[in-house]
Amino acid sequence: MIHDFLLAPFDLGFMRRALAGCLALSVAGPPLGVFLVLRRMSLMSDVLQHGILPGIALGAVAAGLSFWAMGLGGVLAGLAVALLAGWLARSTGGREDSQLAGVYLLALAAGVAIVSAQRNIDLTQLLFGSVLGVDDAALLSMAGVATIVLPALALIWRPLVLESFDPGFMAATGGRGGLWHLAFLALVVLCVVAGFVALGTLMSVGLMMLPAVAARHFSAGLGGQVRASVVLAALASVLGLLLSFHTDMPAGPAIVLTAGALWLASLVAGPRESLWRRWVRRPHYAG
Amino acid sequence: MSPPTIRLDDLTLSHERHPAVHHLSGCFAPGSLTAVVGPNGAGKTTLLRALAGLHSLDSGRIDRSGLRPSEIALLPQSSALDRSFPISCLDVVALGQWGRSGAFRALSRPQRDAAGRALATVGLDGFAARPIGSLSAGQFQRVLFARLLAQDAPVLLLDEPFNAVDERTEADLMALIRSWHAEGRTVIAVLHDLQLVYAEFPETLLIARGPIAWGPTAQALAPANRQRARMAVEAWAPDPALCRTAA
Repeated sequence: MIHDFLLAPFDLGFMRRALAGCLALSVAGPPLGVFLVLRRMSLMSDVLQHGILPGIALGAVAAGLSFWAMGLGGVLAGLAVALLAGWLARSTGGREDSQLAGVYLLALAAGVAIVSAQRNIDLTQLLFGSVLGVDDAALLSMAGVATIVLPALALIWRPLVLESFDPGFMAATGGRGGLWHLAFLALVVLCVVAGFVALGTLMSVGLMMLPAVAARHFSAGLGGQVRASVVLAALASVLGLLLSFHTDMPAGPAIVLTAGALWLASLVAGPRESLWRRWVRRPHYAG
Repeated sequence: MSPPTIRLDDLTLSHERHPAVHHLSGCFAPGSLTAVVGPNGAGKTTLLRALAGLHSLDSGRIDRSGLRPSEIALLPQSSALDRSFPISCLDVVALGQWGRSGAFRALSRPQRDAAGRALATVGLDGFAARPIGSLSAGQFQRVLFARLLAQDAPVLLLDEPFNAVDERTEADLMALIRSWHAEGRTVIAVLHDLQLVYAEFPETLLIARGPIAWGPTAQALAPANRQRARMAVEAWAPDPALCRTAA
């Protein structure tokens, strides 16, 4: 019974591929998400996932539904959007969030317009993904991105922590904060693009951000939060795929909904800074 | 420890062309302990930021005698930092050695020990693993002073170091500043507490955008000078005339 419910679905090849892809995303994305949250850039992930759409659409126009063409287009578009938004905010002194909103609305509209002009591209699949249709190229790219992102993040960890915590100090000690910021954004773009095949452009950051937001309720340390976010994302991948399998729900929303449920559960009953901790009064210490 | 002379030559710093520091000349002697005093908006913070290389100069120049701006330690006003950031006290202090540890190398044992000693010096023995979110404002200021210790810089700039800290913390941190002075480091601190300046700081720079007085504290803070600083208006004209002395 338990075997039928939990394990048997993964006897199927396409489920195993989907699981492998999602686990790769779970390892790569959430640690970046934790940094996005700490840098008060949660909105940036939204902007990027919309921003990559025109690139993916142009890739599809140029080379059909080739994964590599769409992926390359997505990466280029994502980098362009990230740079454009950052540069606009810095050089015109406007509020960055308003510039981001402007850029991503424009990008989304442009993407949809390009896709709609092509009769042979299925917009739904681009927007919502099809995790159960993960082919070799997509699987390779997800695993490849995870392989690049993790060591790269480990490498830029210290400057990134410093730049997130105290950018003024970094500037004063001669560190080039912008460089690390860009390297970090490039990693985020890679992850968002890798996620779009499985989860679609509209939900590719779900698996990155929701576990990262929830991680705060599990640890007071940065390392602990990163580990918690990866575990939560992996859990959401497995449970989400099962939910999708048993209820015939599309896998992308099922995974993101599961990640969301885990976040809500952490918010209500997590070990740290949760509603539960606030409601239930515990005896205080002597000193 | 032999810090260089820092010479200001007709220095003007501005925000959107409105001068915050106006035609300031003079020098901070090696090993001097100087208080920078002036009304709000007098350009004190802007001056410190420029000394640390964080504010571009409108005209004039800063001669650091070969010292790179990044070798000057700056303690900014405390409010700017996110104290909910998930990082431990020891890690914050260790970041002070960023200039030496570099981006990628692991922190060496001696560097880690030095960070621990710096925490002990500021009276936070046993706080190494504490997340900064659990500290009081005074304790957090002590952590930032420990980071300054770890930076081991020949020139230190302190922007209102005693804001929102209690008397005991102020006394402890002032003792640290005294020891830096005794070691021959140049220390420049923005302060509002004139009693403290009289008691502890041999030199004072009194500014109100333009320089009012710069020299031994008792002379710089003479009543006539303080009166002039108060009168130097904080007016902000929407369309002021151009400064004639500007080249």
